[in-house]
Amino acid sequence: MPVAPKVLPELESAVLVLRDVVKTYVMGSEEVHALSGVSVSIGKNEYVAIMGPSGSGKSTLMNIIGCLDVPTSGSYSLGGEMVADKSETELADIRNRLIGFVFQTFNLIPRADVLHNVELPLIYGGVNKAKRIALAKEALDRVGLSDRLTHKPNELSGGQRQRVAIARALVFDPSIILADEPTGNLDSRTGEEIMQMLDDLHANGQTIILVTHEDNIAAHASRAIVLRDGRIESDAQVENPVRAARAEHTVLAH
Amino acid sequence: MKQLDTFVMSLQAIRGNKLRSSLTLFGIVLGVASIIAVMTAITVIQNTMEQEMSILGAQTFQVQKWPNGFSSGEERRKAMRWPAVTIAEADEIRKRVQSVDIVGAELWQFGLKLEYRDKEIETASIVGGTPEYPQNNVHFVADGRNITQMDVRAGRKVAVIGYGVANTLYPFIDPIGREIRIDGRKYEVIGVFDEKKSAFGSQYDNYVLVPISAFVNTYGLSNEDGWPRSVNITVHARTPELVDDAITETRQVIRRARGVPPGDDDNFTIFNSESSIEQFNMITRGIKIGAFVIGTIALLVAGIGIMNIMLVSVTERTREIGIRKSLGARPKDILRQFLLEAIVLCNIGGLIGVLLGFVAGNTLVQLGMSSSFESAVPVEWAVIGLVFCTVIGVLFGMLPAIRASRLNPIDALSYE
Ligand SMILES: Nc1ncnc2c1ncn2[C@@H]1O[C@H](COP(=O)(O)OP(=O)(O)OP(=O)(O)O)[C@@H](O)[C@H]1O
Ligand SMILES: [Mg+2]
Repeated sequence: MPVAPKVLPELESAVLVLRDVVKTYVMGSEEVHALSGVSVSIGKNEYVAIMGPSGSGKSTLMNIIGCLDVPTSGSYSLGGEMVADKSETELADIRNRLIGFVFQTFNLIPRADVLHNVELPLIYGGVNKAKRIALAKEALDRVGLSDRLTHKPNELSGGQRQRVAIARALVFDPSIILADEPTGNLDSRTGEEIMQMLDDLHANGQTIILVTHEDNIAAHASRAIVLRDGRIESDAQVENPVRAARAEHTVLAH
Repeated sequence: MKQLDTFVMSLQAIRGNKLRSSLTLFGIVLGVASIIAVMTAITVIQNTMEQEMSILGAQTFQVQKWPNGFSSGEERRKAMRWPAVTIAEADEIRKRVQSVDIVGAELWQFGLKLEYRDKEIETASIVGGTPEYPQNNVHFVADGRNITQMDVRAGRKVAVIGYGVANTLYPFIDPIGREIRIDGRKYEVIGVFDEKKSAFGSQYDNYVLVPISAFVNTYGLSNEDGWPRSVNITVHARTPELVDDAITETRQVIRRARGVPPGDDDNFTIFNSESSIEQFNMITRGIKIGAFVIGTIALLVAGIGIMNIMLVSVTERTREIGIRKSLGARPKDILRQFLLEAIVLCNIGGLIGVLLGFVAGNTLVQLGMSSSFESAVPVEWAVIGLVFCTVIGVLFGMLPAIRASRLNPIDALSYE
């Protein structure tokens, strides 16, 4: 029993708006409807958790929001601009400037050291070297990894790797941070640390969308969207976000 | 994204895969090295030759029966039927050609024994010449005196000996005024030549000059097989600008003296250092083309290896490409990265090949011919080699790079 989406926030304040977004994968003769008509609007500084059973379309939705993929039909506007019909290059620029990704599997480049990994978005953004290094160091400082600049990803723990990924996601000051099961590969304690970091970013004005299976992770968000079979089943404010309860001791390393 | 950043990234990628990179480079190194080695060897020989030829003098040319050293067997067989060049023909040139000032005539005999007391040189050469010999051959008398017109007229048995001859036969004494036995006959040493080091051997320090008349008196005008001895005429033009005219006039004078009908080929050889160098270049052109073709084939084969390795590299780094795309890498950034990687890889191989080629080319000549060859570095071939490597890199790196740039970000990110 699908629930009607709650009233969309006013368009001007919305960072992104999806209308009737459909994503269909064609597998030979078979069509997989990963998303079958999703409309949602997310405002600035929202903290949204996307939930739902496996295969319900969470990652597909994240990929479309992150401009890694384009809808089969429906419209998507990001920062007031329609994303449809953009070229590969334009989509790359949007990802570079507006989106920061945090993946379940960290997705760091193994051969590059921590600093270089965090520098990458700035390199593709054409930032000069001196500024790049300064920004990358600052971002690594925010996640408490100033002393690991020259380490390779395989010399770091899972939690540290995810913190590098967060530093990389926020280094270019994106409009949205998209985190697809950011704690999925971490133990619950380390997962909590990562969540505290996201909470803190949110407290500093960052818009965050995260996908999760776990209620206690979703509880950090202030809004929860539940997908089922490619549709929004529910979309509601979270009553008492966890982070509120421990705001006073949510301290980043610096 | 800046070029330099891409460049640094590609170096990192190559460093990260040292073994594979060096195996891939092997073909490139081999191809470039073979081209550069041959070109270096030829350049070394050519430089030395030009140097020696120019010592022979740009103003001088030779008239002789036999074609010079770089001629084919067929040319030599043809020359066998030509008449011998005679002393009279030298006189004819001296008399009739206005643009020349010195005309020398020389007869050579090789493989003779030189002796003084208990010392001897087993095989040396003797040249019967005229007083013009030193100037025409740019080989001057350092000690004592040259042969004179008087010596020639009187057929005196006097000799100017080479520097090497003096050293061997008269190690601790002044040879001037002493006797020397040439092929068993007594001569008086009147002078010693300058030392004339030559990369092509020491023959120019191991010979003696005697008056051409004394030579003819001893050996006659035909050689031991009964063939008429042919004179080498050395002609010195009045000025360097007159050399071409002098050659033309000399040719006409000899043709007329011999009654060669107009339209027939010359039945003698005229050459100067320039034409010798040209001839050498013509012969080495074939070798150069051969080396270039072999090198090119090696490079093309190596290029296929590069393409293969780059395709593997793209597949292996699919996930990395996905990550880069998620962070904002545009298709052209990825294309540039992989293309540059192929180019850098090829040029590292090219650089090693160039260095190896230089060393191999120089060593080859110095071991195979003479250590007195001066080393040469054909910079233009190094540049050509590296440009070629770049072309190979672009040619064979393009397909893998395009493939990388077109990867779908999501598929690439979820690649295991
Ligand atoms: N590239 C693809 N080709 C074909 N089908 C796909 C592709 N990607 C996803 N799907 C299908 O689309 C549906 C939604 O997948 P999606 O990955 O969005 O689910 P999810 O909610 O993220 O699941 P999970 O919680 O397991 O990560 C699934 O049925 C999946 O099989
Ligand atoms: Mg998923």
